[in-house]
Amino acid sequence: MFVYILRRIVYVIPIVISVALVCFLLVHITPGDPLVAILPADASQELAQQLRVAYGFDRPLPVQFGLWLWKAVNGDLGHSIATGRPVLSEVMRAVGNTVTLAIAAALIGFTLGLFFGLVAGYFRDTWIDKVATSIAIAGVSVPHYWLGMVLVIIFSVELNWLPAVGAGPGGSGAWGWDWEHIRYLILPAITTSVIPMGIVTRTVRALTGDILSQDFVEALRAKGLRETSVFRHVIKNAAPTAMAVMGLQLGYMLGGSILIETVFSWPGSGLLLNSAIFQRDLPLLQGTILVLALFFVFLNLMVDIAQAAIDPRIKRS
Amino acid sequence: MSVTPIGAMSDAALQVGPAANARGYWATVGRRITRDKVSMVCAFILALIFLSALCAPWLGLADPYQGSMIRRLRHIGAPNYPLGTDELGRDMLARLIYGGRLSLVVGILPVILAFVCGTSLGLVAGYVGGRINTAIMRTVDVFYAFPSVLLAIAISGALGAGIVNSIVSLTVVFVPQITRVAESVTTGVRNMDFVEAARASGAGPFTIMRVHMLGNVLGPIFVYATGLISVSMILAAGLSFLGLGTKPPEPEWGLMLNTLRTAIYVNPWVAALPGAMIFAVSICFNLLSDGMRSAMDIRN
Repeated sequence: MFVYILRRIVYVIPIVISVALVCFLLVHITPGDPLVAILPADASQELAQQLRVAYGFDRPLPVQFGLWLWKAVNGDLGHSIATGRPVLSEVMRAVGNTVTLAIAAALIGFTLGLFFGLVAGYFRDTWIDKVATSIAIAGVSVPHYWLGMVLVIIFSVELNWLPAVGAGPGGSGAWGWDWEHIRYLILPAITTSVIPMGIVTRTVRALTGDILSQDFVEALRAKGLRETSVFRHVIKNAAPTAMAVMGLQLGYMLGGSILIETVFSWPGSGLLLNSAIFQRDLPLLQGTILVLALFFVFLNLMVDIAQAAIDPRIKRS
Repeated sequence: MSVTPIGAMSDAALQVGPAANARGYWATVGRRITRDKVSMVCAFILALIFLSALCAPWLGLADPYQGSMIRRLRHIGAPNYPLGTDELGRDMLARLIYGGRLSLVVGILPVILAFVCGTSLGLVAGYVGGRINTAIMRTVDVFYAFPSVLLAIAISGALGAGIVNSIVSLTVVFVPQITRVAESVTTGVRNMDFVEAARASGAGPFTIMRVHMLGNVLGPIFVYATGLISVSMILAAGLSFLGLGTKPPEPEWGLMLNTLRTAIYVNPWVAALPGAMIFAVSICFNLLSDGMRSAMDIRN
């Protein structure tokens, strides 16, 4: 097991460096000068040159990348051009709120997805299966930002039950697990949960169907096991793959939250990314994307290791 | 599909492939899919949306750019405005139908481009193998390290708003996914006897890839790509929704959803209409892709 973990970690290192390279290059594919956002339109050439030297944009690209990477490794992602605050602390505060949202959405989405998937797989080709798969396909096809709007229309505009935007009293830095705050979480969490719900349902349904058609299930039944015990075997066999899919979905929720956070003005990393894009705050853009991508890589690593821990077949291959 | 696996195979290959059926493979698949009610309904709805978008100027619709300050935000079913008017008093029905033009192009074109690039890359990686395979597939791995929404928005955000930039960023998102599928399918086909036979009879690598492999790998990749259209539609409209796609006053579903967002307290259901169009197209493509997958799975 130890060797396996070590091998996975070694394999991740080149990925992490390449991810950093992509994030670094993002700033350099932008049309025009990276400084265009902070320079006044009538800035003199001299001032532009001074700033270019101050930000290190005058050096050759590989040198810039090396320096940037070295600083990033030491936890320095530079300063936001718009606010002047350190990028890392801005990103970390926002990520906290995104994690809150992702966990709530995962609880809803995975619970429903596992339930629908198991039921649909078990009662394959019955009406129960048809209902569950229809919900799943609607879940993966719905434009989630639109679903968010529709939920706001129903529960905030028409019924006036739940708040439409924000993260509750105290703003972005004052999250707590009490009703005053949770009220604000409900709609964004439901909206975020539909895609993972659909994907988990579809995966688990297919897995359950495959497992139930295998010979060992026949043997278990022939042995006289009750259906509940047979079902336990099904769950055990479906667990590694289902877990991998759920881990990946959690990563997508953390990294792909920008649309939903924009709809609900949820003060997470997605909203931060949105403002970084429109204020052309390149260090913040670069830093947010880097942190989110690294989260995703790390999560994938964890999933691989956890999968190997519960399924010995994976380690051997 | 003009290239069928059987037609594409040489004589040597014919004896190995699934050519024993009286009816050709694609003919069987076609028959199976036309018998699937869900797929046919989806195909009909999609055809309707496509044709109306294509023929929009000849449908006798109102001008989608012509606003009116006194006719803003009419409700659904208002006289002369069957689907109401938007925040600038423009006819929603006309804008939804005209909106299909840009929305469908920006949603579907990236998948087509990625299908071409990804299939070529995957075919080369899978067939040539060795260092070229490592180079292509490791690069693909790097793009897999980003959640696709994040990658699309990062590239679009860096390039700046615009239709071309949206198409480019979405293509970059889908190429690695299609490459991975194409590579794994190609690796599966490459060691089959008919490829060996073609090689033994003196065919060069390019001929083998084009004539013998392409027809056999296209099917699964095509099904995978049709499944991506739904994601692409949602992402493309999402980029416009964020303000990274086309610019006002162009009718486009994602952008319309964005500009109508301020109107949800005045006229909520009109504001939700553009999203319903995206949803309809997306779910139809998903169901059609599912139908196609099960139709191609001849074993059942």
